[in-house]
Amino acid sequence: MRTTLFDKVWAAHEVVAETADTPAVLYVDLHLIHEVTSPQAFSLLRSLGLPVRRPDRTLATMDHSTPTSTDQVFGNVPIKVDAAAKQVRQLEQNAAEFGVELFGMRDARRGIVHVISPELGATQPGMTIVCGDSHTSTHGAFGALAFGIGTTEVGHVFATQSLLQRKPKTFAVNVEGQLRPGVTAKDLILAVIGKVGVSGGTGHVFEYRGSAIRALSMDERMTVCNMSIEAGARAGMIAPDDTTFAYLEGKPRAPKAAEWDAAVARWRTFATDPGAVFDASVDIDASTLEPMITYGTNPGMVLPIGASIPDKAGDEVFDKALRYMGFHGGDAMLGKPVDVVFIGSCTNGRLADLQAAARILEGRKVAPGVRLLIVPGSQEIKRAAEAQGLADIFKAAGADWRESGCSMCLGMNGDTVAAGQYSISTSNRNFEGRQGVGARTLLVSPFTAAASAVQGRITDPREML
Amino acid sequence: MEPLNRVRSRTVVIASSNIDTDQIIPARFLTTTTKDGLGRQLFADWRYRADGSPNPDFALNRPEARGAKILVAGRNFGCGSSREHAPWALLDFGFRAIISTEIADIFRGNSLKNGLLPIVVDDATARWLLDNPGAEVDIDLNAARLTLPTGVSAAFPLEAFARHCLLNGIDELGYLRGRLNDIERYETARPW
Repeated sequence: MRTTLFDKVWAAHEVVAETADTPAVLYVDLHLIHEVTSPQAFSLLRSLGLPVRRPDRTLATMDHSTPTSTDQVFGNVPIKVDAAAKQVRQLEQNAAEFGVELFGMRDARRGIVHVISPELGATQPGMTIVCGDSHTSTHGAFGALAFGIGTTEVGHVFATQSLLQRKPKTFAVNVEGQLRPGVTAKDLILAVIGKVGVSGGTGHVFEYRGSAIRALSMDERMTVCNMSIEAGARAGMIAPDDTTFAYLEGKPRAPKAAEWDAAVARWRTFATDPGAVFDASVDIDASTLEPMITYGTNPGMVLPIGASIPDKAGDEVFDKALRYMGFHGGDAMLGKPVDVVFIGSCTNGRLADLQAAARILEGRKVAPGVRLLIVPGSQEIKRAAEAQGLADIFKAAGADWRESGCSMCLGMNGDTVAAGQYSISTSNRNFEGRQGVGARTLLVSPFTAAASAVQGRITDPREML
Repeated sequence: MEPLNRVRSRTVVIASSNIDTDQIIPARFLTTTTKDGLGRQLFADWRYRADGSPNPDFALNRPEARGAKILVAGRNFGCGSSREHAPWALLDFGFRAIISTEIADIFRGNSLKNGLLPIVVDDATARWLLDNPGAEVDIDLNAARLTLPTGVSAAFPLEAFARHCLLNGIDELGYLRGRLNDIERYETARPW
């Protein structure tokens, strides 16, 4: 039978197949945990007197509630958010008690959970990877089946290294053609979400296919897979290829020597057979895409940057979103004012994203009155950006350059946008209040974010490249 | 988990579609390390004004919302983040069931594991429920049907295993641990 990439990874991890009455028992190769969605799961283990069954398949870091200011991370200034400080201490205690490897606050390998696992080479093709975080879909860029789970399921994986799962359906996202200059992987995925809708992927696993996807770097593929959940999909996958193997080779936790060759041979089998049938599909022509920007309060409310907000007066949901954003149907997006610009997150906090931002910011200044916050996805990316001179470009432009973490993507660590302010952000969610109570978020690529920071208004980055 | 076979209650309606888990429980409240007391922060940014006082226009603040166990919402409820704090907050407030035409995957799974019923109904039933806040609805888990006060009844999909666990108060972890022999066999047999 001709099967898809997803079917093959699923089949390789089925401990017990599903029946009409019972879900499958699915084995988990790698369990990533962080400070926010793990404490109650450790409490469950403690109450049942159970160990973490496979600490060797568990990796912990702290990213969501951790501060990004250097004095709080490395100096003697205590973490300002009390409850966050408690969460950090709790993860330290839990990791020590249960023997789980932790990249703690001052560890040189710390960073956003979805950034550090690929960077370590712990994320590998054909794996199943779960984490108590919906952006776990990021790891699908390597041809892994990776999805977010709740805290109860974190407890299940701790105790059994497995999950009870119903098999999702498959959904081919076919992207052919070549992206034009100034149009990025972020624009591509925003266009996909705009076309499929925020719940179009519910119950499905995406496979991104086609020449435009094959042409993407691993950093770009991670940006694409990261936002699969914003279209409602459980996961998003890209078949591994030479780009994937070149990225992984030599990474600290990638297979070495003879094991490497055997691994690559096995990884090559994780591909959709020609003629395999998907349950759903969508076709996108990459060559027609423009830089994209959101105008509403979910990632599906998105437009080419040169377009105007549609006029749908009378549509309750639409009116509510525009009221929140302070926009009106018919408004042009270009030229709208900007208060805060955030470059970072598990969507766009990798080195390629910082290089893109630096291309625009080099020799330029952030507009007066605009705050530009640049937060690397990991400490390793921070060091690389400093070694390449990117950090100097950012600082010279007037940006605030921070330690790694989720930061302003979700505003639970002290980095927030004030009520009513407009935030041009490279993160993944423009939900009401996501970046702070009353904050108004517009999702864009690093190019568009940097260009808008310099001009102080929403700007098409192609004018500045 | 307590066995659950029936929920009978007035409804509360929040008609918006695409209600994401950041609205259900904003991220700044996720610094907790327990599951308790999150009901106070449920829908915090819609429920309270900037000065912390209750917004009288919001459905949960109306007197008739008190004691309601069923929330009716627009389509695609629970999208966004995987935070289980969302069903914990809804349960802590007193809800036992969510009714919508579409419920996001991760939220649905998290809800079932905590005894909060995610109920997907057809458009006509949803329309009636959205138009009649406070209606007395009877949800029968055993029959997988809900009955409106008009006498009209509608079936809803409920996965067999989830239904079995809810009706019998079975904890999924117990079931999964019962498969540990299979898991060990799988680990041993795997060639890589």
